[in-house]
Amino acid sequence: MRYVISLGLLLVLLWLALSGVYKPVIFFLGAGSVILVVWLSVRMDVVGVEHNPVLFSWRLAAYWLWLLGQLVKSNLHVSKLVFQIDKVRPRLLTVPVPHQAAVSKVTYGNSVTLTPGTVTLRLTRDRLEAHALDEESARDLEAGHMARKISWLERQAEGES
Amino acid sequence: MNTVLVATTLAIFLTMALALVRALRGPTIYDRIVAVNVFGTKTVLAVALITYVTGHADLIDVALVYALINFIAIVTVLKLVKTRDLAAEGSEDPR
Amino acid sequence: MMAIFIDILSWVLLITGGAFGVIGGIGLLRFPDFYTRLHASGITDTLCAVLIVFGLMLQSGLSLLTLKMVLILLFLLFTTPTATHALARAAVLDGLEPKLADQPQASPSEEEPPSKP
Repeated sequence: MRYVISLGLLLVLLWLALSGVYKPVIFFLGAGSVILVVWLSVRMDVVGVEHNPVLFSWRLAAYWLWLLGQLVKSNLHVSKLVFQIDKVRPRLLTVPVPHQAAVSKVTYGNSVTLTPGTVTLRLTRDRLEAHALDEESARDLEAGHMARKISWLERQAEGES
Repeated sequence: MNTVLVATTLAIFLTMALALVRALRGPTIYDRIVAVNVFGTKTVLAVALITYVTGHADLIDVALVYALINFIAIVTVLKLVKTRDLAAEGSEDPR
Repeated sequence: MMAIFIDILSWVLLITGGAFGVIGGIGLLRFPDFYTRLHASGITDTLCAVLIVFGLMLQSGLSLLTLKMVLILLFLLFTTPTATHALARAAVLDGLEPKLADQPQASPSEEEPPSKP
């Protein structure tokens, strides 16, 4: 129930931000759409821990900044490879997934895919198979900096809830 | 100021053209879907840029909706290509 | 003075964003197989989008437009890795073999029974 309320509040905020037109009729339509979406989400059984506002702590912002830095780094690397096509050495690799919560695992998989140079091919309970563009990208992933950052993020979410 | 915006828009159009070349060349169906995905995200950026070039702030909603529809379209096309049946239940990778 | 500085910063962001888009497009044409092309599409979907959206945000300052640009960026950054992963997964399950530099026998485990993550 807590998650349903926080999802509803989130949707109301989103609607207020997107609408820009504040008249009574439009407000009723907005309220109706929010209720419809919450009802559909409950019916689809997708309301869960992801809608917990505690997850949106300052550590998430810090993680996003760090991820942005990684994005720039790996993008420059892959852009260099575009013009040195003979240096492309694709290989597959498997790394362990040390996280407990499903949200953390999905965050890990998505972050790996988001940084160019590595693409998640398969994510299971305890390991992640990835396709890397060359040796350097593969070693970056195997070093496990990203997994440690997400563990750090996970600890915070547990500590506050 | 407008020249920079227009130049960036042209660069985005060039990227879309390159993606279209890849979509035509193939060789596998997945290459084509990747190209269409790139084309879609570049459409979002192009619409956002055109919003600023023309100054019509309402156009940004088009970009916003396109960003969401593009994702759903890619996943739907992928499912249609794979299973030939949009109502099929996924058998692999259960939740 | 400050306004000029912000304008120049936003131009630099826009132009580099456009350049990265074109580089990604070239990579999409030049890379040898499907899985490597996913990385090229990654360039255009991430850095190109981030730079252009930041550049446009600097142009409009604090307004509803900027908020909507932030939302567009968030949607793009959340949906594109999911779409890319779905594509890669579908290709693996379809038996499309990645071209590898060495150890050509290593293939992703598509024949394993599905396990619950």
